[in-house]
Amino acid sequence: MKQIVVISGKGGTGKTTIAASLASLAKNKVMADCDVDAADLYLLLHPTIKETYEFKGGKVAEIDQENCNQCGKCQQVCRFEAIDNNFVVDSISCEGCGVCFYICPPEAIKMVERLSGKWFISETKYGPLVYAKLEVAQENSGKLVTLVRERAKLIAEKEKKDFVIIDGPPGIGCPVIASLAGVDIALIVTEPTLSGIHDLERIVGLARHFGIKSLVCINKYDLNLKNTQNIEKFCQVYNIELVGKIPFDIMVTKALIAGKPIVEYSDNHTSGQIRSLWGKIMKV
Amino acid sequence: MEGKIVISVASGKGGTGKTTVAVNLALSLDNKRIQFLDCDVEEPNAHIFLKPKIVHAQSIGIPVPQVNEEKCTFCGRCAQVCLYNAIAVVKKKVLIFPELCHGCGGCSLLCPEKAIKEVNKPIGVLEEGKTDSIQLIQGKLNIGEMMAPPLIRAVKKAANNNLITIIDVSPGTSCPVIEAVKDSDFCILVTEPTPFGLNDLILAVEVLRKIKIPFGVVINRADVGDKKVEKYCKKERIPILMRIPMDREIAISYSNGIPIVEGKPDYKEKFKELYKEIKTMVLK
Repeated sequence: MKQIVVISGKGGTGKTTIAASLASLAKNKVMADCDVDAADLYLLLHPTIKETYEFKGGKVAEIDQENCNQCGKCQQVCRFEAIDNNFVVDSISCEGCGVCFYICPPEAIKMVERLSGKWFISETKYGPLVYAKLEVAQENSGKLVTLVRERAKLIAEKEKKDFVIIDGPPGIGCPVIASLAGVDIALIVTEPTLSGIHDLERIVGLARHFGIKSLVCINKYDLNLKNTQNIEKFCQVYNIELVGKIPFDIMVTKALIAGKPIVEYSDNHTSGQIRSLWGKIMKV
Repeated sequence: MEGKIVISVASGKGGTGKTTVAVNLALSLDNKRIQFLDCDVEEPNAHIFLKPKIVHAQSIGIPVPQVNEEKCTFCGRCAQVCLYNAIAVVKKKVLIFPELCHGCGGCSLLCPEKAIKEVNKPIGVLEEGKTDSIQLIQGKLNIGEMMAPPLIRAVKKAANNNLITIIDVSPGTSCPVIEAVKDSDFCILVTEPTPFGLNDLILAVEVLRKIKIPFGVVINRADVGDKKVEKYCKKERIPILMRIPMDREIAISYSNGIPIVEGKPDYKEKFKELYKEIKTMVLK
């Protein structure tokens, strides 16, 4: 069983478009949407939810006003400026470290669990999909990503699937690291823009840092052929296989509006390129 | 008030045009003193368009524990109080996992033997740059580093509170986004008229309502896709501040790191209008 994560560094380069197409092309797989901040894959895969779980990602301090003697000790020790002058905790700033709880002389503070999100095991016509919804303004998206991935892997092992295909989040921080750690292949979707190249360099750096094999796909490659050439050169220098070049194509947006993976929506050149991309990934 | 307005630009979904809107807005104001904070510290891209001269750079770190094993009695209190599992005591050894540490200071504060001191662990770089009219402050998270919020806080701390300030935010809805947008006078949400754009816009709206920041929407590539974003905004009484059409020329100049207002000066007026409208709403 192989785990493949689709990532990009820069947002909006086409991760979910590609991941949904892989869901359609790959046989015998489990899908995992690890962009728990803004999960979109379900919009193309139309899942039926089978199981729903609550995710309690951390704790938050709560001050009991009756026992509080307003000594100010909690404010002094809090490094996240989460306690205001009325001794009320701002639950958004609170990182749940518990230092105020330990230090409070009249023991007026307790740490309560916070509901940080939900996650789902679902069935789609492409196979199982595990995905999640982080409550807005919550922390610990990395933990939720890990949960989603672990469950997807478990299902894949139990049902003897060949692949886990993971739709990853943008960026290079905590949820990306959680999506990337321990996978077999990172498919990096980039675009021929200076921003895209800048972010590609950082995400390739991250994959190397964790010793993950990277493959690169250039989306909208014909938007700027000079930049596409530069990405090709970059891939050569870093010895990264370029597995696909997908043109700028309005059909991609149309497929999205229709709620379908592009490879199912149209049989055009773009779909052909994505099919050949999947062929190359399978040979790796 | 005139000088102090702080506008953040966020989106939920990546790649909708946050940096484009933020940069072009900053370049369209006739004020000689504009401050631009690039708080997308995982993938900071505004510098590609603003091309500033970097005048100052400094390393930013978080305090992580260091144990003096001569004083340590291996009582395990530090591991017990750390709610992030960043410290563990096994037999006669204290293990520290700096990548999990939030720098709350709990372990050193609560160690009965005073055996823990805090040392600085670099997580990224803060850079200040200048153009003719814009002062740029940006954070660059080190590759492999998980936690963006402390670096975002450092960027905001370095800011001059007497300038018109524009903040470029990372995609998503979790902690880095909150850290970047909180305390702004207004937030521009950039979206696109697709199911992904709408889904992630709704999440971003939830965030801003929760933290009580006034906001409006800019629809990018407004003429491709469907009408659902427009309908949603109307139903929710969210002002649509601007519509930028799909324009291959804009996409190409973006790919070359050229702001819209450089290639199409008529956009300067449109961005000025956008600013005026925001200012009126903020002052109301």
